[in-house]
Amino acid sequence: MGPGNRMQPTGWTLEPHDADVRVVGWGPTLAHAFEQAAVALTHVVTESRVAGREWLTVSCEAPDPELLLVEWLNQVIFEMAVGGLLFSRYRVVIEGEVLRATLWGEPVDRARHAPACEPKGATYTALRVERVAGGGWVAGCVVDV
Amino acid sequence: MDTSKLTRIDDTTWQIDPTGDMRVPGIIFADEALIEAMDDKVAEQTANVARLPGIVQASYAMPDAHWGYGFPIGGVAAFDPDEGGVVSAGGVGFDVSCGVRSLLTGLTVTDIRAVQERLADALAAQIPAGVGSRSGISLNRQEMDAMLAGGAAWAVEQGWGEPEDLERIEEMGRMAGADPDCVSEQAKKRQRREMGTLGSGNHYLEIQAVEKVFDAETAAAFGLVEGEVLVTIHCGSRGLGHQIGTEFLRDMLPAAAEAGIRLPERELACAPIHSPIGQRYLGAMRAAINCALANREILGHFAREVFDRFFPEHRLPLLYDVSHNTCKVETHTVGGRPRQLYVHRKGATRAFGPAHSELPEALRGEGQPVLIGGSMGTGSHVLVGMGTGGKGFYSACHGAGRAMSRHAALKRWHGRQVVDDLAERGILIRSPSARGVAEEAPGAYKDVDRVVEVAERAGLARRVARLTPLICVKG
Repeated sequence: MGPGNRMQPTGWTLEPHDADVRVVGWGPTLAHAFEQAAVALTHVVTESRVAGREWLTVSCEAPDPELLLVEWLNQVIFEMAVGGLLFSRYRVVIEGEVLRATLWGEPVDRARHAPACEPKGATYTALRVERVAGGGWVAGCVVDV
Repeated sequence: MDTSKLTRIDDTTWQIDPTGDMRVPGIIFADEALIEAMDDKVAEQTANVARLPGIVQASYAMPDAHWGYGFPIGGVAAFDPDEGGVVSAGGVGFDVSCGVRSLLTGLTVTDIRAVQERLADALAAQIPAGVGSRSGISLNRQEMDAMLAGGAAWAVEQGWGEPEDLERIEEMGRMAGADPDCVSEQAKKRQRREMGTLGSGNHYLEIQAVEKVFDAETAAAFGLVEGEVLVTIHCGSRGLGHQIGTEFLRDMLPAAAEAGIRLPERELACAPIHSPIGQRYLGAMRAAINCALANREILGHFAREVFDRFFPEHRLPLLYDVSHNTCKVETHTVGGRPRQLYVHRKGATRAFGPAHSELPEALRGEGQPVLIGGSMGTGSHVLVGMGTGGKGFYSACHGAGRAMSRHAALKRWHGRQVVDDLAERGILIRSPSARGVAEEAPGAYKDVDRVVEVAERAGLARRVARLTPLICVKG
């Protein structure tokens, strides 16, 4: 699946940033926007299909939605790196300052996924989590690759 | 970049005059073409760094500077701990101690051409490159702590490398003051199976030919001979450094606020050097430097093993190993007196001149080798530190710097085509990802020749030799 069109209620995209890339997700709720930003993160690594054969759960917290987005993406990056995994689907629940999520994915298959680069960390650069006109949320930040 | 707000000091020096709460000026080393091509964000970020407490002399940007996080990539800044100076996780970056090492082979281009395809395949098989690659090395808790304290010296003790290598590595291969207890369990977990791996993005192992010698005397002292071949490795502290950068960026945000430091942007997160978190970061960051030094030592060993199968008489001595994402304590003369400063170099290479006490005896006559990575299709350079480099705390550029985003590169090139075009020019690429190759296409980078020429004209480092790639194993 390729990047989404902003006219769609839910989607993701990658925006250029010099040596790196900005991941952006949007959806009807903050949690949906966070899920889509993480989908964008997978597409930083591969354009191939990723199966949802395994799952795991993570949680994190931060004092505001922007810092929470960075924490969330860094949790995903950590699980990708430690488990050698790619994720295709996320289910995020946000309650106050706490985020809990389930991640579905599979181990990196270097032949099939042809991974282009690994994200090192989510940054505070071009970090924005905003409500958009007409309802819904958009969330994004630059990822160092 | 809009140069109307800059004061031109000379041919290669542009000053951002202090305004508002800038404590020192900003200085950008560039000629007209380079500065015009730089993003306005470079000037903005250079000025932002000049606002941090305890900064000394100036906030610098090297000729290859580009838009980074908080600090520009190519940024250099020194802080005095006794004047409220800070240490910044953002000023070092995620890939702590990312750097370059070059090994001499004594082989000629003709020797390599005779086995080029087989050698490329053997290196690609031996050097773990790209996402999900593993070296087979796995460290338990005790081994991890020993590696974090011992750096390249630890790797040599384990049999990955030669004792003679150590004096050719900054800090003699072992960064003092590293504290493995300051490194989180998460960071250690992320590194457990990543020792001896190259990583991805712009990291590579290249076989390079000395194409042109600019400074015959220094080249001879460095062992560089026109037509001979080097092995060059560009990589860093892998997942451990990334995790340390991530965690301390987060933890320094509230620490800066508590210390009353107003951050122009969050990525400049920092803490006073004389603070518990500042000291914890230094202990962890120095451990990450050791991780990078050990990693490059292991990768150098792997390259030697491959070469040994093809050319058993050649032992591949190390020319030098530099790091370009660090914060180090150094003594510099500022205001007529020597001061102990915490020098941040983010995408900048230390470039000590001749006679510097930190250089090994064998290099003290010439100065420090400064290894500059270019792109896989153009070339790389070996420079040497000059006695005139004091204005930038003896620093130079670190690479070509990107001319366009990965996204723009992907739109313009296809990986397969880049590989085929380079093969026609006699450069063999081995990479697990065609997209990764397209993102790193030679045309996506600035002209490295101009960058190093300007570094020389600015008195930062002098050109010794230009290298062109023959084989490139990319992550």
